[in-house]
Amino acid sequence: MIRIEDLNLAHGGTPVLRDINLTIDRGGIIALVGPNGAGKSSLLSLIARLRPLQTGRIFIDGLPVTTTPGRELARRMAILRQDGVFAGRLTVRELVSLGRFPHNQGRSTPQDRARVEEALVQFGVADLAERFLETLSGGQRQRALVAMTFCQGTDYLLLDEPLNNLDMFHARHLMQSLRRMADEEARTAIIVLHDINQAAAYADRIIAMRDGRIASDGTPGEVLTVDTLAAVFGYRMQVTAAAGRPLVLHHL
Amino acid sequence: MTQSVPEPKKAEWRKRITLPRMAAAAALVVLVCLSLLIGADTLSPTQLANDPEALELLLASRLPRTLAALLTGSALAIAGLIMQALVRNRFVEPSTAGTAQSAALGILLMTLVFPAASLGVKMIGATALALLGTSVFMATADRLPVTQPHLVPLFGLVYGGVIGAVVTFVGWQTDLLQFIDIWTSGEFSGVVRGRYEFLWGAGIIVVLSWWIADRLTVLSLGREASIGLGLDYAWTLRLGLLVVSVIAALTVSVVGIIPFVGLVVPNIVSRVIGDNLRASIPCTALAGALLVLGCDIVGRLIRYPYEIPVATVMGVVGALLFLKLIRLRPSHA
Amino acid sequence: MHKRRLVLLAVLAVVSVAAFLTLGLRGNLAFVLQIRAVKLLALVQVSVSVALSTVLFQTVTANRILTPSIMGLDALYLFGQALLVFLLGGLGYAAIGGGWKFAAEVLIMIVLAAVLLRPLLTARLDMSLLLLTGVTIGLLFRSLTQLLFRLLDPNAFAVVQTASFANFNALRADLTIIGSIVTFATAVVCWHHRHRLDVVALGREAALGLGIDWSRTATLLLLMVALLVAVSTALVGPVSFLGLLVAALAERVLGTSRHAVILPAAALVAIILLVGGQAIFQHLLGSAATLGVVIEFAGGIAFLLLLYLGSRT
Repeated sequence: MIRIEDLNLAHGGTPVLRDINLTIDRGGIIALVGPNGAGKSSLLSLIARLRPLQTGRIFIDGLPVTTTPGRELARRMAILRQDGVFAGRLTVRELVSLGRFPHNQGRSTPQDRARVEEALVQFGVADLAERFLETLSGGQRQRALVAMTFCQGTDYLLLDEPLNNLDMFHARHLMQSLRRMADEEARTAIIVLHDINQAAAYADRIIAMRDGRIASDGTPGEVLTVDTLAAVFGYRMQVTAAAGRPLVLHHL
Repeated sequence: MTQSVPEPKKAEWRKRITLPRMAAAAALVVLVCLSLLIGADTLSPTQLANDPEALELLLASRLPRTLAALLTGSALAIAGLIMQALVRNRFVEPSTAGTAQSAALGILLMTLVFPAASLGVKMIGATALALLGTSVFMATADRLPVTQPHLVPLFGLVYGGVIGAVVTFVGWQTDLLQFIDIWTSGEFSGVVRGRYEFLWGAGIIVVLSWWIADRLTVLSLGREASIGLGLDYAWTLRLGLLVVSVIAALTVSVVGIIPFVGLVVPNIVSRVIGDNLRASIPCTALAGALLVLGCDIVGRLIRYPYEIPVATVMGVVGALLFLKLIRLRPSHA
Repeated sequence: MHKRRLVLLAVLAVVSVAAFLTLGLRGNLAFVLQIRAVKLLALVQVSVSVALSTVLFQTVTANRILTPSIMGLDALYLFGQALLVFLLGGLGYAAIGGGWKFAAEVLIMIVLAAVLLRPLLTARLDMSLLLLTGVTIGLLFRSLTQLLFRLLDPNAFAVVQTASFANFNALRADLTIIGSIVTFATAVVCWHHRHRLDVVALGREAALGLGIDWSRTATLLLLMVALLVAVSTALVGPVSFLGLLVAALAERVLGTSRHAVILPAAALVAIILLVGGQAIFQHLLGSAATLGVVIEFAGGIAFLLLLYLGSRT
């Protein structure tokens, strides 16, 4: 369980997050949606202790993020950032293997290697395993990063716009992998999504943010209504249904 | 989804690495033999077998000199490699980031304030100043835009030059210029038994760095990725900084500044085998040792029986290699 | 406003000159004054040639942080000098007249610069890569120069120091006349074309559009820069960051980059720094040799600041 209490964040005097209180139970896909600058990525960074807390508290399975050793947290929670820049010349397999670092500190066991191979296959980068990252396309690199994050094998995955750079096939594949992970292993994915219909189709819970506040929080059916969407995104859009899920015609 | 796990592709990995490695080992043997035999009095193997004086020369001078070149070369290459992981920029090394010049300043100040102190004590001062100088560089490098990767080495080169100017100024004012020449222009001709043993410390550090190789690899992914993987980022950064500073202090005080080793060796090794430091640290250390010993031998031969300092030879060889490297660099990174 | 500040700089320059000539006078007045006057002439030449070469170079490259010495020109000149000594031998070198020597050194430098540096300037490289390459070429040729000197005279200890910092105390007197001619002629040409230089500073496209024959103008300007660098380097040695310091200070004080103002201003600032600095260091502090290092230090800091601030905007 992730618990967030009275979270506030300001950047150079401008409030970025205001009075966030959230409880996220284990298991399921939680989508963070909202317009640019709503504070989604900042919230994710704070949960992942990439930025220091200003006020408020965050607990991962009861462990406060500020004082718990980094390695302990890295075994429970993995983060995939947007635009992860990598300076080094690593092969895809070497990168994905680093996902096991919190567990083995670099000394791979046979189980670690098995998980790496599994992740390589699962995200379709097994054929690229010996290639250097800098020789890959943006989408291939993104899949390698996703494979590394999965490979960390944590209960919680924080993903910041992971569908960036992915084509439709691989975007759908990633969302289905997350779904399976949530259903079969009761793991949790907290994921910032730009495409609201991906959230509609795969998420158990949608948290809509605007101006650093939580504007709406509930199941896709509860959040994806004409009025709520208008309050969050600033214009009215039609909502229909397809395959038993809401479908937002946001482009019309 | 789970596939039967293939036996890690060790066989293939080994195939890729064996040939260069064998060649390097062969080159090492050849260079070491040359280094032991060449000098103002050239020794021949038969002489060594019969003449006790020749043997004494070998043990007192040639062997220490050869070992010093090997240790210095590998330590400098590793220091460059670690520095590149810390700054996340391919084109930095201790002598182009103010580290080596700060170490020289440290030795100079220690010599002024505690003239009677032993070399070991002076090295502590050198390490402290190297730490300080490098920290200032890193704090600034951190604020330069990542979109212009060449800005960091440029800044470092001039920054090193500014600290070098301070060293020269202090030296001038205190009539210590001759010593400064020893510290700022590296050469092995003064290395004899009893003068070089500190360099074993650098050798030990090289081995230790292999031990934390995985941590350094994670570190080179950047702050956010490191924290995400549970690395104690700040602590590892400080450890790396300390390692680089100690290597700089040791090498500068025993043999003097040798430029470009830490810059070109890790880049060339990375082109061949990549940046997984567990694999590349041994190769980098070996290649650095080869390069420095090779340049020292060239310096001994080029104007035989006189000697050209290794720093001068490396200044030419290293600058040429570096120019080649910055031109070859793919544009997207 | 510019006029007032220029006059102020001129007054300061005159004060520096007076201080240099009169501070701590002792002994045979006429004799000491004569020695000082010769030295003063050389220092003024160095000041003017460094200021002009830097401003011209920044004008051609349309760049405020680039200077001839940062691109390694003075290292090329010193290498040419060393090469000449190496080829002719120490005695042969000493036997040639100063003028021929200088001409040969300049020729070697210009050939090297045309082969190595000109392609860099026309390649439209990323700014920082251009600078890094230039600095590295400078380091390479500094090492080559050292190597040549070591090959000539394996026991020379002083080589390293003399090759890395300017010494304003040990001037090469045999070059004063040639230096004066070159510096004076270039200054006249620059002043005559000062308005045209304003157009050149706009960059290649804009200058072409305004009717400048770009390739001819740029080549001529770069030749002038090379000559001026040769003069100052021949007289005192490498002055890596003096030009940058002078150009940046002049622009800061005057607040304009119009050549009618910036050319004299840069020259005056250089005179104040060099002549005034040497007056203080030589006659007050009694350490004549260290001004070069101090200027190197201040200029290096100025370069770092410009680089840092420039990258953040």
